[in-house]
Amino acid sequence: MTMTSPQVAAPAGAAAPAARTSRRASRRSWAGWWFIGPFMAVFALVFLAPIAYSIYLSVFRNQLIGGTAFVGLDNYARALGDSQFWSALGRVSLFLAVQVPVMLTIALVVALALDSGRLYGKSFFRISIFLPYAVPAVVATLMWGFMYGTRFGLVGNINQAFGLNLPSPLSSELVLASIGNIVTWEFIGYNMLIFYSALTVIPKSLYEAAEIDGAGQLRVIAAIKLPAIRGAIVVASIFSVIGSFQLFNEPSILKSLSPNTISTYFTPNLYAFSLSFSGQQYNYSATVAIIMGLITMAIAYAVQVRGMRKEL
Amino acid sequence: MIKTLTRRGLLQTSAVAAALALGLTACGGGGNAAPQQTVNSDAVEAALQKGGKLTVWAWDQSLKKVAEGFEAKYPNVDVNLVNAGTGNDQYTALQNAISAGSGVPDVAQIEYYALPQFALGKALADLGQFGAADLDGTFTAGPWSSVQAQGGVYGLPMDSGPMALFYNKQLFDKHGIAVPTTWDEFLEAGRALKKADPKAYIANDTGDAGFTTSLIWQAGGKPYQVDGTNVGVNFSDDGSAKFAETWQKLIDEDLLAPISSWSDEWYKGLGNGTIATLSTGAWMPGNLVSGVADGAGKWRVAPLPQWEKGGANSSAENGGSSLAIPAASSQAALAYGFLKYSNVEEGVQARIDGGAFPATSKDLASEKFQNTEFKYFGGQKANQIFAESAKNVPAGWSYLPFQVYANSIFNDTAGQAYVSGTKLKDGLTAWQKASVKYGTEQGFTVKE
Repeated sequence: MTMTSPQVAAPAGAAAPAARTSRRASRRSWAGWWFIGPFMAVFALVFLAPIAYSIYLSVFRNQLIGGTAFVGLDNYARALGDSQFWSALGRVSLFLAVQVPVMLTIALVVALALDSGRLYGKSFFRISIFLPYAVPAVVATLMWGFMYGTRFGLVGNINQAFGLNLPSPLSSELVLASIGNIVTWEFIGYNMLIFYSALTVIPKSLYEAAEIDGAGQLRVIAAIKLPAIRGAIVVASIFSVIGSFQLFNEPSILKSLSPNTISTYFTPNLYAFSLSFSGQQYNYSATVAIIMGLITMAIAYAVQVRGMRKEL
Repeated sequence: MIKTLTRRGLLQTSAVAAALALGLTACGGGGNAAPQQTVNSDAVEAALQKGGKLTVWAWDQSLKKVAEGFEAKYPNVDVNLVNAGTGNDQYTALQNAISAGSGVPDVAQIEYYALPQFALGKALADLGQFGAADLDGTFTAGPWSSVQAQGGVYGLPMDSGPMALFYNKQLFDKHGIAVPTTWDEFLEAGRALKKADPKAYIANDTGDAGFTTSLIWQAGGKPYQVDGTNVGVNFSDDGSAKFAETWQKLIDEDLLAPISSWSDEWYKGLGNGTIATLSTGAWMPGNLVSGVADGAGKWRVAPLPQWEKGGANSSAENGGSSLAIPAASSQAALAYGFLKYSNVEEGVQARIDGGAFPATSKDLASEKFQNTEFKYFGGQKANQIFAESAKNVPAGWSYLPFQVYANSIFNDTAGQAYVSGTKLKDGLTAWQKASVKYGTEQGFTVKE
């Protein structure tokens, strides 16, 4: 458009060379598209299309009586005033605030311990701590759900063996902490691996220099190791933030064991799932998903900006 | 107008015919019903002879034998039996197929509580066009009333779940407790059992929508009133009050094991004497045999405890499914042939042999069926109790046209009574409010 517009006023004869140029230019740009095309096609199909479709869904409303109607931003207004949605968001925010720091701290300590070179049987520990991550979340949750049983599970056995009366881990007060325990168990190994691989690429010369300067292990950790792996810590934090907001598998499976303490709106994802699969409210469910996506992006971005600043 | 169509044309446009029939019923054209039926029962026979490929979505294993028998009887028909998931999973798939307008099966298994939802959404063909209304009396009252919706018949009952009390006789004998015949006695038995063995519970319950509605049904409650798109939800009637009062005591006194049905703990508890009774549908024995092998010989069946001592026996249905024909099926006549074969004709016996509990009055009354001895129940002729229960189901019960969703939020509301200080009565009211809210959002006219 910008190339041809100056030619509009020119006489017809003068247009020929310009047309040739523009044709050549377009051929050049097409060649580029051939390279980027396959990627763009897949990207559009698996990434952009679902998002576009969700946005499309979110501006309609489908009723059992009355069918589908365009409602503009009504669904968004409803979500903003939906106490169930906000209680779900509040619950995962609490989860995020408590579980993520605990998990990352333990993972960091384990990674530093492995990296210290003072651990006997290092590769055994590394593998056994990483192993839970290799267990599918569904299987892990079923296994923990069984252990949490107060009658025939592990908790029940402990109660019996020691004459205790431990409260049920799936009771209203403890269920969130119990889920946090499962998630921590699952993901310590994964985060440990991120930290550990970042630690292994620190040049040995830095440690030698520190040793010559007379720095102890703790000083090495504080002055060399932690600053060097800050990028990895930020990445792990972002993953964990996203993971917390997307909490679904664990509560969804434990719900069959404890239906009254895990509601259908326990986490935002579980809420979106219940809305669409038992309530057939696909449109509102899409709205909830989009709002959650935006909130997750905002918080992940905030973590990144904060984490990448020079001074901690 | 339908009569002027040729038989062949009618077959090809059976979906249109279904839509027309719906329109006629809606206009109150009852007079048209009789001639229409004769044309269509011929059409069914013709379709069976002509044959075709029939896709059936069902999770009930006993249908495999039925499909084999059907193919043998009508060699031109090829039945493709697909397990598209159990219960809700299948409903989701079915709903998706119907909205997409492709991949819709010709026959689908749908539980009674979910049927009104599909019927209302115009997702199912009205079987009245094939003369299904003539089958009145063929099935027991509970299942038959469950397949009626919106003034039509939207499925044929496949099995039923008249309720009974399954109890661990060994446990009752050991502690010298009498088997309860009323719910008050049930409460007393629960107290006595707890006193004798603090680890044993009279029953398990963590809040189950299907069970709660069934017991309210037994108590004569009618919390749901459905008339087209006008829906009433009200849990303040006598039946609901009776249930809430007794169950509140059981909850308050910790007489119910907080173990969810179908969990690992549940199966163990049924086998090792932790859970003393199960009040559930007549489809249960098969599950006990396969899931609770330890209980063989220990368990027995008794009639469901009553709400009134000495009154007329009352029971209720719990679970059970029908076979229905999606409106989008292009072979409704052929599909109806399968429904009839499976649920009225030879297929019924095949399913009984496979351990299913039928919904047909004739089979329930048959001597062979009544005299079947259950090894698991120490040789007891349990079918007699189930068949008696099927007769005593109060008529006039209906589920909501959005019961699938309502049941899914039961534990968010009424279930809170099991884990917090909320009273069950208030929990039911909360459930009512949430159901009303959803119904209103979905465009129903809902009264409380």
